[in-house]
Amino acid sequence: MKLSGAEILLRALELEGVEKIFGYPGGAVLDIYDRLPFTPLKHYLTRHEQGAAHAADGYARVTGKVGVCFATSGPGATNLVTGLATAQIDSVPVVAFTGNVPTFMIGNDAFQEVDTVGITRPITKHNFLVKDVKDLADTVKKAFHIARTGRPGVVLVDLPKDVTRELTDFFEEEYKTPVQIRSYKPVLKGHPGQIKRAAKAIASAERPILYIGGGVVSSGASDLVVKMAEVANIPMAATLMGLTAVPGNHPFFLGMLGMHGTYAANMAIQESDLIIAIGARFDDRVTGKLSEFAPNAKVIHIDIDSAEIGKNRHADIPIVGDAKLVMEELLPEVEKQVAKNREFYAAREKWILKVRSWKERYPLWYEPSDRVIKPQFVIEKIWEVTKGEAIITTDVGQHQMWVAQYYKFRFPRQLVTSGGLGTMGFGVPAAIGAKVGRPDKTVFCISGDGSFQMNMQEIVTAVHYNIPIKVAIINNGFLGMVRQWQGIFYQKNYSQVHLDVQPDFVKLVEAMGGVGLRATKPAEVEAVLKEAMAIDDRPVVIDFIVDREEDVFPMVPPGGALHEMILPNYGKKKEKKAV
Amino acid sequence: MDRKCDHRKHIISVLVENQPGALARIIELFSSRGYNIESLNVGHTEDPTISRITMVAKGDEHTIEQIVKQLRRIIDVFKVRDLTDKKKLDRELLIVRINVETPEKKEEVMRLVEIFGAQVVDVSKDTYTVELTGDEEQVDAFLELIKPMGIREMARTGRVAMVRALHGETFGEQKE
Repeated sequence: MKLSGAEILLRALELEGVEKIFGYPGGAVLDIYDRLPFTPLKHYLTRHEQGAAHAADGYARVTGKVGVCFATSGPGATNLVTGLATAQIDSVPVVAFTGNVPTFMIGNDAFQEVDTVGITRPITKHNFLVKDVKDLADTVKKAFHIARTGRPGVVLVDLPKDVTRELTDFFEEEYKTPVQIRSYKPVLKGHPGQIKRAAKAIASAERPILYIGGGVVSSGASDLVVKMAEVANIPMAATLMGLTAVPGNHPFFLGMLGMHGTYAANMAIQESDLIIAIGARFDDRVTGKLSEFAPNAKVIHIDIDSAEIGKNRHADIPIVGDAKLVMEELLPEVEKQVAKNREFYAAREKWILKVRSWKERYPLWYEPSDRVIKPQFVIEKIWEVTKGEAIITTDVGQHQMWVAQYYKFRFPRQLVTSGGLGTMGFGVPAAIGAKVGRPDKTVFCISGDGSFQMNMQEIVTAVHYNIPIKVAIINNGFLGMVRQWQGIFYQKNYSQVHLDVQPDFVKLVEAMGGVGLRATKPAEVEAVLKEAMAIDDRPVVIDFIVDREEDVFPMVPPGGALHEMILPNYGKKKEKKAV
Repeated sequence: MDRKCDHRKHIISVLVENQPGALARIIELFSSRGYNIESLNVGHTEDPTISRITMVAKGDEHTIEQIVKQLRRIIDVFKVRDLTDKKKLDRELLIVRINVETPEKKEEVMRLVEIFGAQVVDVSKDTYTVELTGDEEQVDAFLELIKPMGIREMARTGRVAMVRALHGETFGEQKE
């Protein structure tokens, strides 16, 4: 039977297991949207294509499935760009479909024409321009395969309008056969010899530390990594992307490392003699000054992307492979080695005690107040009210770092945040995607007054589909992180960071059909959160008016080494510099 | 990190799907990651669906290693090999138009053409156009010698290379 390109696309999506699509129609995708109502696919009309891309991203991050978004040609496609770049740099599987002008008009500067594959090439794992409807089914199949295998990423498929209209044969059975891409065969299993070497190094190190990245979460290796830490007495530090791999209250867990990492995590990595990096990429926000990063440590680097190994830091024992598959081999080897090397236990014990003493001596800290709301206090209260079990999405800035520090996560994929690109405006649409993907969970977007204003139109989307997300605006009337940098490194020359003029968020959200709440005093915080938790049929936004000039500490100054972090002035004591 | 600072020229051979997007991705990789590329040559192989790209890039060992790894990440890329230290055949084609207004110059050019095994492929009243195939050093040396006579116009293809069969290996079946 002959089907149109549009019908083939939609049928292929069903066969890929797609259930939800986030998108925005337009001229070039009319044929697809014409057929869409006749499929079981549920489409969410966002209010901006950027929202569609972020929602697909949020959906993918919480479910582990591929997120899908649609946009039309020209501005539709360019509006996706920030969203796709956000997903790609955080290795999130997303497949985007864009319409384009008919094949015979390509290159003519036609109405709403841009070179979509050209524009998105640097921000996708791969992209396709389908020029013949006969190639469509195979291309869709390849797109999903590439997005979800190896190091996950973004694939964009550009569909000229005539390709979606023309008819061709579609064979479902053929579609279901495995994908063959002769030039793409990701390495998944680690090299057995390297795994043995790694196990030996782990068992014989005196001061090892696990450096856990987002790859541990996305490959499902969290339990195995935690188990290894327990078996071999290894403290754990995580990146922003890896935070949910370890239960926040685990006794071996030191929290986040890097620029706003904990004292214990940063000192432990600096003083370690062995770093076991798993699914992490030695990003500049993690390492600080690279030449002074963990100067005495050997490095075991486990990553599915061989290009990450040795990119920033030399790896003594590189292992290319999927974190989970590698850990399945590595854990038993480590168990064997540890059983043989009892004497190292004593040394390891000393190390653990040292690390714990750092944790106790220099904990995360802020000065409580009963007069003004402290932003960290809001995060702690959200944790309490949600019993630590909400899926948290964030925007970017101070509030994002406070979430990373103060919300103690319980299970993997619980945090949805733009780590690599640092995209303001991510939180609200990502929360919509997350709630669509996990309707059983409370989804809380923790945002700032600056970030919220970047995609606040998506509250309307949440109202439209009765998606009961919660949004906490940590409102300090500033672009807080920029202000913090100007304060510390630019002599308080606050340039273009004042957000004194802003909408009344409560009225604004009410006007959009959601519920708006506000808290201005610490005593109101809990009550307003409980009120928000009771609403389950529409979005609710809480405007928390917080201490205007609170800074995020610890902080490693840009260009500084990790141990040179600026600490909070514990109990009004003089600012301590770590040594 | 211990980075060796010798910025030598590396010759990298890439087998890639003969697709329009593939070449674009490779070229963009160089600009987006700030790598320097000296020459680039593309042509299809014995299999018309596969192209061979030969590129010459300058950089320290770490940079070249990164270039090779980043090239391997590209979905359409089959194989990438740094041929710099391999026994290889390595050729470049030069076409150059030289001023020969005087009989002495004509004679000198013909002498050099003979020594280098080049060929005169086009002649006008006051120019000779010469074609030369050789490795990079030969081409450079030839150009150096004819420079004083005055070069009107020239074109170089950039290098193409292949591992020697004697060396007991072909391009290599494994995509590392």
